Amino acid sequence: MASLWRYLLAGLGLAAVLAGILVAVYLTAPRSAQPVGPDVSRTKKTDNGLYVASFVPERGVVRQGELESWVLTLKTKTGASVERAAIAISGGMPQHNHGLPTSPQATDYLGEGRYRIEGLKFTMSGWWQLRFAISSGAGSDTVLFNVVL
Amino acid sequence: MRRLFRFLALTVIVLLAGCGKPDFSDAEKKTIASLSLNTLPPLKPDTTNRFADVPAAAALGSTLFFDVGLSRDGTVSCSTCHKIDRQFQDDLPQAVGVGRTNRRTMPLAGVARDPWFFWDGRRDSLWAQALTPLENPLEQAGNRTAYAHYMKARFGERYERIFGPLPDFSGIPLNASPLGTDTEKAAWNAMSGAQRDAINGVYANIGKAIAAFERSIEPGPTRFDRFALDLATGAEPKGDAVFSREEILGLKLFIGKGNCVTCHNGPRFTDNGFHNTGVPPAADLPPDRGRVDAVAQVEADPFNCFGAYRDGEASACGELRFMVKDAPELVRAYKTPSLRGAAARPPYMHAGQFSSLDEVVAHYAKAAPSVEGTSEIHPLRLSDRERAALVAFLKTLAE
Ligand code: HEC
Ligand code: HEC
Repeated sequence: MASLWRYLLAGLGLAAVLAGILVAVYLTAPRSAQPVGPDVSRTKKTDNGLYVASFVPERGVVRQGELESWVLTLKTKTGASVERAAIAISGGMPQHNHGLPTSPQATDYLGEGRYRIEGLKFTMSGWWQLRFAISSGAGSDTVLFNVVL
Repeated sequence: MRRLFRFLALTVIVLLAGCGKPDFSDAEKKTIASLSLNTLPPLKPDTTNRFADVPAAAALGSTLFFDVGLSRDGTVSCSTCHKIDRQFQDDLPQAVGVGRTNRRTMPLAGVARDPWFFWDGRRDSLWAQALTPLENPLEQAGNRTAYAHYMKARFGERYERIFGPLPDFSGIPLNASPLGTDTEKAAWNAMSGAQRDAINGVYANIGKAIAAFERSIEPGPTRFDRFALDLATGAEPKGDAVFSREEILGLKLFIGKGNCVTCHNGPRFTDNGFHNTGVPPAADLPPDRGRVDAVAQVEADPFNCFGAYRDGEASACGELRFMVKDAPELVRAYKTPSLRGAAARPPYMHAGQFSSLDEVVAHYAKAAPSVEGTSEIHPLRLSDRERAALVAFLKTLAE
């Protein structure tokens, strides 16, 4: 009889240790186990290395669901401002197979290689991509920015 | 030794019991908070309508909304289809005015926050929207000069107190419109440019008064909002703010595996965008291609944001200016409806294709391809229990 109890208790003990390990793993693991995210850097070399582009929200913060302006700054490899560039913008959400909900445009040249990109709207949280096709006297190149909300 | 085992056994029991409690990750909590009605920002001013927040205009708009005099045969008003005691909709698969239309009446709670109006977004302001049913032969079926004459005869003084003097009506035909019957069109074309502009101005003001009224139609808090508030503040939910296990599972599916929250997001459960979700066409209706056909219509509308009847600056026209004009995903794309109150107002979708939430959830699980264009919905593996849970959660948005 006594040995039965011992087995039972030992069993319970084992279960407790197992549960403890599980809890430890559960508590230490990152909560929403996301795969390694895309590169969200705001400054990048363009695909063929012609320009260095940086892309930031004009007001500093991104607000979901509202029309926003961002600023695209273009410099050459040597750091000179790129003026009179023609810029075409496309993009979408790669995980939802849809494009952008608006068609943003470069509406203004602000000097020092800075272009205002108006009409951006991020309608949902998640991984967005913005592709810029840039051409100027220095040549044509493309660059892709990831924005994760 | 015994004591240690007893302690361990107790911990196991406590841990197991803990699993039944609602447990949300930080990311889930953040999403739930973003859906809660208390995150709805205050309504922004509408600079394209300088009467939007003028109380006398809203009062006149409310009168007009319920006035059957604003129709060809004096039998139909906005409220014929947008019924005040039915969430401003009519429970029909397709609306019926002077004739039967091809689309379902949309509920109006929170509509003033939208950038686009109608299932396909073929109007870009609340006031321009209101002008469309007035002249639609299947809805109110009237015409522009008849409405202007009616305003003068019935509401002349009230109108002038708000909008300023009415134009000179001498020589204005009783029935004329660029959209009416052949005789009405001919009568419209015979008017001078100044006369047409004056009548369009009165007509736009009718829309602006109605829009001012509609701005007051807002969604109210539901069981879900009480639950979300308690979750955010860490308070123990009481009374109907307590969610059943099934409702919690439904909420988790809605913001998780079901992907619903990708489109039905924010405190109104809509991204204000257009999506092809593979909803099949309703039988016996003419072809309906959704957003793709609305682009040209909103561009051609003389009452759009770029038009002469807008108040304020053109800088308010960003939505129209940066509108997507040609993309394959506009084909059979429809506006994401708010899900607040949806459980209490079947049928569903742009032409009332589904008669229950069970059918809606079954549609999302199956994700049948679209008859035209590409559906953004991917099939979901949902057990019967999970389907019922999603429906149970949607009901908390209507209680
Ligand atoms: C015959 C029924 C009927 C009448 C009358 C009617 N509506 Fe509607 N309403 C509808 C239908 C149907 C839709 C959707 C139509 C579509 O997408 O083509 C709609 C859409 C709307 C929308 C767009 C809502 C959204 O979320 O985009 C608003 C706002 C609206 N109606 C207001 C009005 C006003 C104001 C009037 C009166 C001037 C009016 N309606 C008259 C049936 C009606
Ligand atoms: C890709 C965007 C998208 C996703 C994801 C999505 N919806 Fe929808 N939902 C829509 C659109 C667009 C409509 C209107 C479609 C139409 O009328 O043709 C709609 C309609 C509905 C309706 C009907 C509301 C009404 O008033 O007619 C319900 C209910 C609904 N969705 C629930 C859900 C649920 C539950 C999920 C997750 C399983 C979900 N939706 C996922 C975009 C989406």
